[in-house]
Amino acid sequence: MTIYILWLRQLKRYFRSRARIVGSLGQPLLFLVALGFGFGPIFAKAGGGNYILFLTPGIVGMGILFTALFSGIEVIWDRQFGFLKETMVAPVSRLSIVIGRTLGGATVATLQGVIVLLLSLAVGFRPVSLALLPVAFVAMFLIALLFTALGTAIASLMNDMQGFQLIMNFVVMPTFFLSGALFPLAGLPTILSDVARADPLTYGIDALRASLAGASHFPLGIDLAVTAGVVLLFMAVGSWLFSRIEA
Amino acid sequence: MAIIQARGLTRKFGSIEAVSNVDFEVTKGEIFAFLGPNGAGKSTTIRMLTTLLRPTSGNIIINGIDPVADPSAARHSFGIVFQDPSLDDELTARENLELHGVLYGVPRTLRRERITQLLTFVELGERADDVVKSFSGGMKRRLEIARGLLHHPAVLFLDEPTLGLDPQTRNHLWSYLERLNQTEGMTVFFTTHYLEEAQKMARTVAIIDQGRIVARGSPAELIQRTGTASLEEAYLKLTGSALREESGGGIQGLRQNRRLWARR
Repeated sequence: MTIYILWLRQLKRYFRSRARIVGSLGQPLLFLVALGFGFGPIFAKAGGGNYILFLTPGIVGMGILFTALFSGIEVIWDRQFGFLKETMVAPVSRLSIVIGRTLGGATVATLQGVIVLLLSLAVGFRPVSLALLPVAFVAMFLIALLFTALGTAIASLMNDMQGFQLIMNFVVMPTFFLSGALFPLAGLPTILSDVARADPLTYGIDALRASLAGASHFPLGIDLAVTAGVVLLFMAVGSWLFSRIEA
Repeated sequence: MAIIQARGLTRKFGSIEAVSNVDFEVTKGEIFAFLGPNGAGKSTTIRMLTTLLRPTSGNIIINGIDPVADPSAARHSFGIVFQDPSLDDELTARENLELHGVLYGVPRTLRRERITQLLTFVELGERADDVVKSFSGGMKRRLEIARGLLHHPAVLFLDEPTLGLDPQTRNHLWSYLERLNQTEGMTVFFTTHYLEEAQKMARTVAIIDQGRIVARGSPAELIQRTGTASLEEAYLKLTGSALREESGGGIQGLRQNRRLWARR
């Protein structure tokens, strides 16, 4: 019941801030159009095939990454606006609070990913197989869970938004740009390819690419297993840090 | 019988001792006023009593439970109205109450019934389905008070509950609290800067200054002991008339800066 009501709260907050929904779609759309059409001809010439097909899973992942991380970081807002205290003094376990919030944030981020996916249809993307769509949704939800949990963990260590820029530049941007969302992982310089292997988003996006575009760098099973493993790890760390917050 | 017992309660923030070696008892079923200048340690004490902050040392028993050892059980025993707002601005008044009722396990029918009743009581019945961000400060305050009462706790903590309320609402609130105190035996623990309110409502008063309890007793006893005419005069005599730092300034700021970078 606790989990449900906190999940519902995240959803209500999402649907009530239409400006935020629309605003956060601008960036993925820009990336799809500018990069997709801009690099498309070169990508095709280099033998990479259809760049929109390649790029879309990456941009869907980006939409989810941003929304999920910020849903997690909302803990700081709740701390500043006081609502966090209300949940912290309630006679429910911190674990159920953090699970409710994380599931809520992850649901919202998955919805955002679905909207990006629908938008990509407008720029010419077509999923290769309808049968694999459920797998894509699973991958989307896993990515969403992973980064909501990460956001929660980070937010549990911070007291205000002063560190926001830090997170943006040292967590969100590197996670996205080094994940293989924009470029193929094959034939990269060793350092970059090692970094990409250490980036949890890499596997999520690779799973999306396997299910939406029909090609992937790692086997789909490995992608999903690694992502799910990291989800469990981050959920555990996030819950632990959250349970130690003193409001 | 004591429902709240604090022994040697101490909390440090870095080198600053916000609360030092505080002892007090609150008797079951009484209305207890916790008074003191800004920055004296009132809110820090309440945060420790309500499981939001771990004491550096000392112990607490609330309704027979140690909130440090078993925070979850302790949380069932009390309700709290915070000094600062703690509503979700994006939710409606009713949704805020609904969420609270669910968190506190108030059964559905009873929850709906009390929500309607409390919203009427705080005169927000007509605004029940508006989002809280459209409310004025006073309306938010009233909603928070309604929320604190929703689960009929054994102890209700109120940190400056009447701050910013007009005399009508204040009276209204106190008569409601008195009624709950009498009919349900609910213990009320409150802080206030309106000393006439404390004199009128509280059976026992404790005054804290610079982290230490400087006086305890019924308002009449304190007035008699200091040879003054009112609780306000007694209070000023006990705590001096020098101005204090704004609450939440020094210690809170220090704590935040330290916390931003340091892991706990």
